[in-house]
Amino acid sequence: MTKQKNMSVLVYTESEKGKFKKTALEVASYAKAVANQLGTTVTAISVNANDTAELGKYGVDKILNVSDSSLEAFNAKSYAAVIVQAAKQVDAKAVIVSSSADSKYLAPILAVNLDAGYASNVVEVPSTTSPFTVKRTAFTNKAFNLTTINTPIKIVGVSNNSFGLVEANGNASTEDFSPVLPNTEVNIESIDKASDKVTIADAEIVVSAGRGMKGPENWGMIEELAEVLGAATACSKPVSDLGWRPHAEHVGQTGKPVASNLYIAIGISGAIQHLAGINASKVKVVVNTDPEAPFFKAADYGVVGDAFEVVPQLIEKLKAFKASNT
Amino acid sequence: MKILVCISHVPDTTSKINFTDNDSKFDTNGVQFVINPNDEFGLTRAMWFKEKQGASVDVINVGGTDTEPTLRKALAIGADAAIRINTEAKDGYQVAKELAKVAKDGSYDLVIAGRESIDYNGAMVPGMLATLLDANFVTNCIKLEIEGTKATASREIDGGKETVTTSLPLVVGGQKGLVNESDLRIPNMRGIMMARKKPLTVLEPTTTINETTSVKFEKPEPKGNVKLVDADNLDELVSLLHNEAKVI
Ligand SMILES: Cc1cc2nc3c(=O)[nH]c(=O)nc-3n(C[C@H](O)[C@H](O)[C@H](O)COP(=O)(O)OP(=O)(O)OC[C@H]3O[C@@H](n4cnc5c(N)ncnc54)[C@H](O)[C@@H]3O)c2cc1C
Repeated sequence: MTKQKNMSVLVYTESEKGKFKKTALEVASYAKAVANQLGTTVTAISVNANDTAELGKYGVDKILNVSDSSLEAFNAKSYAAVIVQAAKQVDAKAVIVSSSADSKYLAPILAVNLDAGYASNVVEVPSTTSPFTVKRTAFTNKAFNLTTINTPIKIVGVSNNSFGLVEANGNASTEDFSPVLPNTEVNIESIDKASDKVTIADAEIVVSAGRGMKGPENWGMIEELAEVLGAATACSKPVSDLGWRPHAEHVGQTGKPVASNLYIAIGISGAIQHLAGINASKVKVVVNTDPEAPFFKAADYGVVGDAFEVVPQLIEKLKAFKASNT
Repeated sequence: MKILVCISHVPDTTSKINFTDNDSKFDTNGVQFVINPNDEFGLTRAMWFKEKQGASVDVINVGGTDTEPTLRKALAIGADAAIRINTEAKDGYQVAKELAKVAKDGSYDLVIAGRESIDYNGAMVPGMLATLLDANFVTNCIKLEIEGTKATASREIDGGKETVTTSLPLVVGGQKGLVNESDLRIPNMRGIMMARKKPLTVLEPTTTINETTSVKFEKPEPKGNVKLVDADNLDELVSLLHNEAKVI
């Protein structure tokens, strides 16, 4: 394909407090792969990001950076309007977003405003670009669906951790971008968020625990294990239903999806609804007293044993490992 | 307040997922269908608005005749009337366009959908619908209060939650948290009898274009066997995670 002057692949690179999220670098890497297939360049649209040059390392050629204090807090309609205007400016043929809560909030708005087909939870680069066909997860990770996007502009939501970061030797130029913002009638009253913790969506490692932990007073060791690994903590549904852990930690079919590199399940039986939500994780480890627990069929590594003995020991071993590996 | 609750008809969470017709279609053989869990939370919240604030609640599904038992179940739970748009939609965009027409024609104040269906997991219908209607929109909604035309809603964000104020007309993508799990209702005999007499209107679709096309389905590769590590030999686990799996 010949390179067309104005057309580009547009990627929305999310940042928080001025810093790009890991998923932003992943979707930039993905956008670069799509741009290579289409024979074009990558333009990133970012909002209030500080060090935009970092994106050059992941294949971005140009950054449109919006600096606007009224966009300090995320607002789906306003952010979608920013991306739509950027897409028009660069004549985007494909718009790439992540699977973060915010990106999933704004992507359908983009689709309608750009008259574009949208495929979410995409796990690979397009198998062909004409027709533009992508592989996405369906049936809560129990299957994949090959989907063709038929519209001139394609919107792809990349599943977290499915593509990874791919470094490129590029330099990115940054331009200021000043879109027109719409009126919005959704106003933030409060945000309640633990800022010092890795979120399940961003984490490479997730330490998750279930009813086998007996009670909320025993979560100290789970948090410590997570801390040693730099992991996010998660839990099974009954654990959040019982109020042992906050609802935001509930993972599975009816909770948050997990697609980490490593998922460690402690005292979780491995019910089908739990597994559906975490199956996209690459490596799964289970610790359970019951060798017949269904989780052993879904895991890569397993320890048949009592969490109350295994977890503290594992923490010590990991600390020793970290100490000898730095 | 006029509420429209969107009901997706999905395989029960324990269903085995298989495909037929050269892997182009979901195999419904032996599969039990239910109200999409995210939608059920929304429907239950709608019943609260009906009982406490005098709202009317209609339910709607875009689908073939096979989805009617699921709509009847929503009527048995307490919805006033049901609408079925008679088409097997090809993607979420098409569903959103069909829903938008009904929501506009019926002047609904509040439309509650699920944040996503557990079959196609598109997570796009509520946002597309809101945009087509030019209505306010909150997804991943875990709390919803309405006073007059003012609404207060919380949504789950990565790592926490956010509370917003907004106003009707509003589209919400609901999920667990919108009501307590223990408040979900199983239809009783009286509800089931009454549901038979409630109106279920069938409308013909008005859209045909498809922005996306499903080509085929694949199942994940079968997994290899689990490697068991002795509970007294956790060094081996650390070593496997480092050297073999390369995740630490
Ligand atoms: C519609 C629907 C949706 C659902 N959605 C979800 C969902 O999204 N997420 C989810 O998680 N669940 C979901 N569930 C619930 C699911 O079916 C299971 O009930 C749940 O996952 C079980 O949680 P658990 O493994 O923590 O508890 P249990 O099933 O009680 O398992 C506890 C495990 O801990 C082990 N154990 C006990 N003591 C120890 C010890 N000292 N050391 C080590 N192991 C020990 C036991 O052997 C057992 O395997 C859903 C169910 C339904 C019907």
